[in-house]
Amino acid sequence: MKTAEGLKDIIKPENLVYRKSSLITDKPFSYCPGCGHGTTHRIIAEVIEEENLAENTIGVCPVGCSVLMYDFLDLDIQQAAHGRAPAVATAIKRLMPEKFVFTYQGDGDLAAIGTSETIHACNRGENILIVFINNGIYGMTGGQMAPTTLEGMKSSTSPYGRDVKMMGNPLKMTELVAMLPGTCYVTRQSVHTPAAVRKAKKAIKKAVGYQKKGMGTCFIEIVSNCPSGWKMTPVESNKWMEENMFAYYKPGDLKVPAESDADAENKNEQ
Amino acid sequence: MAKVKGSIVVDIEKCKGCELCVVTCPTKTIALAAEVNGKGYHYAYPANPELCIGCTNCATVCPDGVITVYRMKI
Ligand SMILES: Cc1ncc(C[n+]2csc(CCOP(=O)(O)OP(=O)(O)O)c2C)c(N)n1
Ligand code: SF4
Ligand code: SF4
Repeated sequence: MKTAEGLKDIIKPENLVYRKSSLITDKPFSYCPGCGHGTTHRIIAEVIEEENLAENTIGVCPVGCSVLMYDFLDLDIQQAAHGRAPAVATAIKRLMPEKFVFTYQGDGDLAAIGTSETIHACNRGENILIVFINNGIYGMTGGQMAPTTLEGMKSSTSPYGRDVKMMGNPLKMTELVAMLPGTCYVTRQSVHTPAAVRKAKKAIKKAVGYQKKGMGTCFIEIVSNCPSGWKMTPVESNKWMEENMFAYYKPGDLKVPAESDADAENKNEQ
Repeated sequence: MAKVKGSIVVDIEKCKGCELCVVTCPTKTIALAAEVNGKGYHYAYPANPELCIGCTNCATVCPDGVITVYRMKI
């Protein structure tokens, strides 16, 4: 009894150390239990809230499980046709350069039907942030093989595992866009442990800073899970992701602006 | 030495019972309830509330943002 009363004393506003961002609406996320889409939404909302950008952000959401992102984030969000988010974001940012503009796209959206839009937006160095959720599968439509599906990985359209001779190799979009001169910050993160979530959040924060300085395209891949498509429990899916996805999609920075570049842009602004 | 005590509040109706908080909690404070919520999920709850240190790990990995964390020095 004593402990129960003691614990009630702890639950007071002055002792609050974590609550979800106020930019998340009351609508329950439509995602499956344990899906990384939810965690990624949460940290995007946290960064935008902490940076005081709620009134000055425009997001572009894709076709895929996150097609309803506008229902979950209390921000201005435009839904784009499948794969076209970087093209739509290009127009938005060019017309409203003062806004913080980001796209949010799955691997079916970004690495299959939208490959062209992605590469050309990055090559033009559009001053936008692209958040790329790579779960190696088409989640929304029932777990079909994506360009990112790993060799040997089973999906509903590769039931014996991906045969690279017949189906091609898993596509490393992040390595591809890192080679383009238009990108300024390219990094691969994940959101499956507290440390990973904190790092991914820092990456988003950095991208906000680079976009303010007009340094070019920021590209953040989040290697994520799809417990439903992978037919695993959420805990199993995160373990499988660590053991298999990370071996091919290696977490870490692929391209960071040199400090001097960031400073030079700063001076130009002043 | 100052000790810290924590406490979590779970939005039971929004919890989907994914168990990611359970495996990330360093003090084994959290478990899934035997009962289910309105959506039929075995929701997370502080089974051993006195063990919580308010580290925020559970809330940080929760995909649905259902956990609020409090912490104080005692
Ligand atoms: C033009 C067009 N082609 C195909 C589809 C069907 N479709 C809907 S979602 C999707 C793929 C989604 O996969 P991904 O981008 O990986 O996102 P996830 O659902 O895994 O988050 C496809 C092919 C569509 N809606 N529109
Ligand atoms: S189908 Fe996969 S990607 Fe889509 S919400 Fe469910 S777990 Fe997440
Ligand atoms: S705040 Fe830390 S100690 Fe408390 S329940 Fe959450 S993970 Fe466990």
